[in-house]
Amino acid sequence: MNVPEYTPALIVAVPLLGAFLTPLISRINDKLRNIFVILVLGLNSLLVGLLAFNIFTKSTPDSPFIYTYIFGAKDVTLPVVRILFEVDAMSIFMAIIASILVFVAVIYSWSFMKENTGLDKYYTLLLLLTAGMLGMMLTGDMFNFFVFLEITSIASCALIAFWTNKAESVEAAFKYIVISAIGALFVLFAIALLYGQYDALNIAVLSNAIQYTFLDKIALVLLIVALAMKAGIVPMHMWLPDSYGRAPSTVTLALVGATLASLYGVLRVIFTLYGNILLEPAKFDIPVNMFIGWLIIPLAVISIIVGVIMALRQTDFKRLIAFAAVAEIGYMFLAIGTGLAAMGTAYGRTALEGGIFHIINDALDVGLLFLVAGAIYYATKEWSLDEMGGLARNMKYTTIFFVIGILAVAGMPPFNGFASKLLIYESTFQLNPILAIVAILCSILLLAAFVKVFHSAFMGPKLPKFKDVKEVPKSMLFAMGILVCIIIFFGLFPNLVLENIVRPVADALLSNAQYLSMVLGGA
Amino acid sequence: MFTIDTGSGFWTPIIWVVAIVVAFLLMYILRMFGNKTYKKDTEQVKSFLSGNPEYPKEQMQIKASNLYWGFTKSMEGFYNILRKMHTGNASDYVLWFVIVLAIFLLIEVI
Amino acid sequence: MIYNIPYIAVVCLILIGLYALVFKRNLIKMVIGITLIESGVNLFLITLGYRKGSIAPIYTSSPGGIMALPIPQALTLTSIVIGVAVLALMLSLVIHIYRHYGTLDVRKVRRLKE
Repeated sequence: MNVPEYTPALIVAVPLLGAFLTPLISRINDKLRNIFVILVLGLNSLLVGLLAFNIFTKSTPDSPFIYTYIFGAKDVTLPVVRILFEVDAMSIFMAIIASILVFVAVIYSWSFMKENTGLDKYYTLLLLLTAGMLGMMLTGDMFNFFVFLEITSIASCALIAFWTNKAESVEAAFKYIVISAIGALFVLFAIALLYGQYDALNIAVLSNAIQYTFLDKIALVLLIVALAMKAGIVPMHMWLPDSYGRAPSTVTLALVGATLASLYGVLRVIFTLYGNILLEPAKFDIPVNMFIGWLIIPLAVISIIVGVIMALRQTDFKRLIAFAAVAEIGYMFLAIGTGLAAMGTAYGRTALEGGIFHIINDALDVGLLFLVAGAIYYATKEWSLDEMGGLARNMKYTTIFFVIGILAVAGMPPFNGFASKLLIYESTFQLNPILAIVAILCSILLLAAFVKVFHSAFMGPKLPKFKDVKEVPKSMLFAMGILVCIIIFFGLFPNLVLENIVRPVADALLSNAQYLSMVLGGA
Repeated sequence: MFTIDTGSGFWTPIIWVVAIVVAFLLMYILRMFGNKTYKKDTEQVKSFLSGNPEYPKEQMQIKASNLYWGFTKSMEGFYNILRKMHTGNASDYVLWFVIVLAIFLLIEVI
Repeated sequence: MIYNIPYIAVVCLILIGLYALVFKRNLIKMVIGITLIESGVNLFLITLGYRKGSIAPIYTSSPGGIMALPIPQALTLTSIVIGVAVLALMLSLVIHIYRHYGTLDVRKVRRLKE
């Protein structure tokens, strides 16, 4: 069914309006506010789903279906001076991930955050974070991207410091805002460089006019390094375990979405903004895509290795999962680097598809693990793995969900982690065998790290201090159940997802001519 | 719609699930041929620790930090370097960013 | 040469801000460093819009001559507002850190390490 053409603006405006109405509604009743937030996010997810259905079913490999919404005029006229929302397959794919994550987080926080005060501010900030994330993914204008990036980092910093009575949460939030501010300021510096050269802020107009001059090289490096720092690449990753580990679990789930939005920024910059010059020769007559690809691949490999090895040593539950998340971001960057370096070949395309499939798989799996960690904290009030033991007798459903989450993250069949990791292994092997060997070994080590968690938290003798621990409330189980259902569905029918969802996304990334033609009018 | 086809192979999860179910059935059939009787509440159900006395449960559990002792001890040199890197100092986080930015700018531009 | 002085000032501001972030130990000095970097980037944005011999772009019926570009001025206003919000958030977090840890030394505020 057709959605109206102002739907991209509606997708960002509905959470924003909800965020401003939530403090008013929470003066009336608490339960009413919870129901209102769930309704707002449900409506938003419905809009995202309808838009995604339209884009994925109506686009063919030759003519993808792209929504454009310009603020303040009826049609796109050149020169473009207005802000433009341009939604192609890659944008709506990331918007689906963000909507699912925040929706599950709000259902989970119905009973997880019940004993805390100040919950109206919590829900307001969560809705603002949703608006910021969705704005980052749907926009077609570079400065608008920067503004939404700052909105996301301010809202998520305030949410990380939500438990202000604990000292470590405030310290983690301070480190997060310092890193976020520096990254965003360097992104603004690069945008100013590009504006000064070409007098345009729109991504499509810039991409048409860009040549690979000296200042463009500086802008590319600044954009990639600053956005990669926000995504959590080693050696700039150290804010990630601190802030993921000390935030409330639902906030961590929303933060995963914000991290993936920065990864989307890297993809948009490399493939669409600089897409026209990716095949031109840079220094020593190597084309640009091989140059940038082989710059990204060592960073990705170091991320995988350091993430997994540090995860083996941790004794704090959520910090361990956060280091595993760093390793998974390394996998995504490895796939993107391989797809760049081998652009034009068949296995390069498989690598890009594997990387994009891995984005949604990893968001679901790591999200499920963080929710289980939150459930254990709710039941036993313990952070550290040294104090837990024998919880599988009391919490049966949580144990089953945790086992499914572990097997999915480590890439075991038949769950969805295996499908995307198989694509990554097979395509990176054809680029260089060492990459595939490192990837497979670190997958197994990741399973070893999580087996340690499983043993110390769930297995073992029955400890007397956990005698009264009951199963967690039903809303938390329902939220985890939604994620498990999606994981099992993606695992059993991977080709359904691969052909209908991931392949249009890879098509949209690799050829930016369609993206340009929506703005520049068939040029 | 059940198989994904990578460039050099294919993967069908349904066949894997069917194989696992058949394997579990075989295991269950073999288990049914075993000895079903044991006497409850006698010596047969107490845990056997090679004759050592059994301590209270909290002292008997292997803690999480001791679980992979062999691995962490053998890679101690590498781990010391990594632990020195993760100081927790907020200025060091920015220092790593500046170092990576400087290296990339040097490689790309010069 | 005289038209290059703002660009040199931008680079100096950013380098001094990075120096304050990396090498100073007080948390408030780190916040000041971030503000310096932000001022440098805002100055860069404004300087991009200047044309030689231009007047301010605020006339509807102008007295003649070319006008400086108005778009960078709009971008800079947005960036200044965002900078104020980030600065307020950072300073309130510093107040909370002082209440919990009792010190503002960044080498002692590190219970979350390794």
